[in-house]
Order: sequence, then C-alpha cells, then structure tokens
Amino acid sequence: MLNNPLSRRAMLAGASALAFLPALPALALTEAGATKLINTVVAEINKVIDSGKSEAGMIKDFETIFIRYSDVPTIARYALGVAARDASAAQMKSFTTAFTGYIARKYGKRFREFIGGRLEVQSAKAVKSFFEVKTLAYLPGSAPFDVTFLVSDKSGKDLFFNMFIEGVNLLLTEREEIGAMLDKRGGKIDSLIADLQKAG
Amino acid sequence: MQTRKPTATVSKRAATLCAVIALGITGACTSPKPGEMVNDPYEKTNRKIHNMSKGLDTAVVRPVSMAYGKAVPNPVRIGVSNVADNLTLPSMVLNGILQGDGELVLNNSFRFVINSTYGLGGLLDPASKMGLTQMDTDFGETLHVWGAKEGAYLEVPLMGPSTTRDLTGKAVDAVINPVSVLTPLTYTAARRGLSVAEKLDDRYRYDETISSTLYESADSYSQTRLLYLQNRRFELGQSSGGSDDSSTLFDPYEDPYAE
Repeated sequence: MLNNPLSRRAMLAGASALAFLPALPALALTEAGATKLINTVVAEINKVIDSGKSEAGMIKDFETIFIRYSDVPTIARYALGVAARDASAAQMKSFTTAFTGYIARKYGKRFREFIGGRLEVQSAKAVKSFFEVKTLAYLPGSAPFDVTFLVSDKSGKDLFFNMFIEGVNLLLTEREEIGAMLDKRGGKIDSLIADLQKAG
Repeated sequence: MQTRKPTATVSKRAATLCAVIALGITGACTSPKPGEMVNDPYEKTNRKIHNMSKGLDTAVVRPVSMAYGKAVPNPVRIGVSNVADNLTLPSMVLNGILQGDGELVLNNSFRFVINSTYGLGGLLDPASKMGLTQMDTDFGETLHVWGAKEGAYLEVPLMGPSTTRDLTGKAVDAVINPVSVLTPLTYTAARRGLSVAEKLDDRYRYDETISSTLYESADSYSQTRLLYLQNRRFELGQSSGGSDDSSTLFDPYEDPYAE
C-alpha cells in the first residue's frame, strides 16, 4: 500500500487542498494521511498478533513494522539525548541499528500478552506540526486501554515518531533507560552500543 | 534483604513506612519545577525500599504468582479477580459522590447491582458486555479533584510506587470503604484474601512487562518511577496520553537531543 508514497501523498494533498485550502494551506500531512498510516500499522500489528508465530518470529515481524512505519533515526537520536550531539556519524549509525534491534526485542516480546486481542483506530487530530492518532487496545479479560501514536512527515515521509500506552510515553521512557545505561558505562557510547546489541 | 532476619526486616520496614509517611506529609508542599517530570526528594529512602520490594518479588511474590497462575485455570482466576473488583465498587461509588462525578457514580452503581446479581456475586462481569466498562477511581483521585497536589514520589513497602497524595488516598480509602464499614470484620479477611489473589493474578498476567522493568532495566527504580507517574497522571486526566500538555517537551523535531 505504501509502495508508492509519493503519488499517494500527492493525491491526498490534492484532496485536502480542495477541502481545506483556506484553512490549512501549508500542511502536507493530513488527518486522513495520518489515520491511514496508523490503520496500516494497526493492521500489520494485528496480523502479527494473529499469526501464532514463535516469539522470535514475532520480534522479527515487529522490527520490520518499526523500521518501515516509524522515524527510527529521530527516535534513536532523541533516546540518546545530548550524547547524540557528541557522537560521530559512524557511532550514530551503529547506535541506531543496535537501538532498533533492542526496541524490537523489548517490545516484540510483549506481543505474547496481546494474543487474542486487537487494536482499533479511534480518532485523529492535528497537534502543532504533527498528528495524534488515538487507538484502543482490546485484550481478553481486561478493559480496553488507550494507545496513541504521533505521526509526522518531517522526515520526508509520513511516519510515527512516538507512542503512548495508557499515558506512558515511549520516547521519554526509552530516553531515561538509554540515559541510565549510558551512565552505568561512564558515558561511553561504544560500550553502550555493544551492550544494546544484546539488550531487550 | 535475604541477609536480614525477618523480624528485623518487619520492624525496620514499619519504621521506614512511618518515616516515609511523616516525611510525605511535611513534604506535601514540594512540587516539581516546570519542565520536570518528577518530584522525588526522598529518592535515597525510596531506592532502599525499591530494592527491598524487588528482593521480595524475587523471593516470594513472583514465584507464588507463577505457581498460582499455572495451578489455577484462567477462567477461575478471572472469576476471583472479578469478585475482588466487584467488592471495590461501593468505595468507587462513594468516591464518585465525593468528586461530584455523576458518570462515575451511575456507572459503578449499575455495575455493582448488575454484576452482584446477574453476575453471580461478581464472579462474572455482564455489565462490561452491556457497555458499563470498568471506571476506576479512588480517594487519591478525589484529593486530586479537590485540588490537592501530587506531592512527592514514594515507594511504599508491600504497596510499591505511590505519591504523597496517593498514599494518603489509600489510607483514607481503607477507613471509609463502605464494604468494610457495613460488613462484619470476619469478611474483611476474606476480602483481603481475594484482593491478594487478584494481585497475584496481575503479577502473573503482566509478568513480561513487570519482570522486564524490574530485572532488565538499567535503572529499575527510575523506570518504575517514570512508568507509575506517567500512567497515574494519565488516569487522573492530567495528561491525555498523547501530546496535549507535553507537546512542548516532547517534539523530537524541535528538540532533537532532548535537552
């Protein structure tokens, strides 16, 4: 569906220009575009939950979803925080790769808890320069809970860059965790990268 | 924790609890500076209690929860947790009244009536299927509605993460709970038992999340603190679980290095 994002974006931009031209002339990303992205993400996630795959298989699928639909470099840089400014380009590159695997393992493992459940997109709204898309997670045996995605096109593509699960901010939580890991290693990015490859 | 004698641990814990409560009351006026997520003036004590709780989880809570989860079939565990939840509803109705929140009062009153009757004493939860889903509240929230500030972050023995406001709320809830006020004392023990079983089931059900936070984090204390505060503020409606109030803080495109 996203094989040809340019023409899809152009189409959406055209449609939104007709509808919202006076109100939102400069906005390339639209509510419909953001919702569409999250609908796709949700469909892919639901597919993984229903696949009945092994934990390793689910982690791999989740990594693919994470890489394809989220702004990984921005998330990784934010998680590393101020230390990212002093890192070399090569260090940032290997940190981003290690961070991606870490996130996939850490959150992919949790998919087991979601078996028999599903996510449903509820609503979308513009916030500053990005969009907030609310979804509800339905899990057997518990009340539905809130999962919110933040979507931006500042990377050049419509991608999500943050997620809130019942108010818990993924960017903030991972920044604190990566910061603690870095502190434990005396601020050495290289040893953080080496350990991140195994963590999660 | 394993090296200490149990009696010493208990009295020390009681002493720490008293100290924390005492500190908490005097510290209630402290609040986080703008832009800061946490207000944690008792971090040193909190960390000690956190490590004790972690030791208790490793030695007792997790093994017992895993045994309970494996030995007792899922529908039975859900039933037990439902009964425990049902018995908390009168207290939630009371808190709904104190908060002047009609929706909380009606939703939880109907839930209690429906689940106590058609739900066979709370064993089943037909109210949820009728659209009356769980709407939790407590006296901590009532205090929030009344304008009390969150206060300091606290780790409480046997209870886990809390705040000055939430711990005060728990203490008040224990006293004003209509179910304990209106039923004989012997039922209280049974109710405690049910609520312990519910806690064990939660520990079993969310083992992946809880264990990874406690045992795989670089700093399990700061992760626990952050998760608790964010989730609690979300429950209290102080954050939308999205970007509303935090957008200025958490826009990685405007603040790429999280400064």
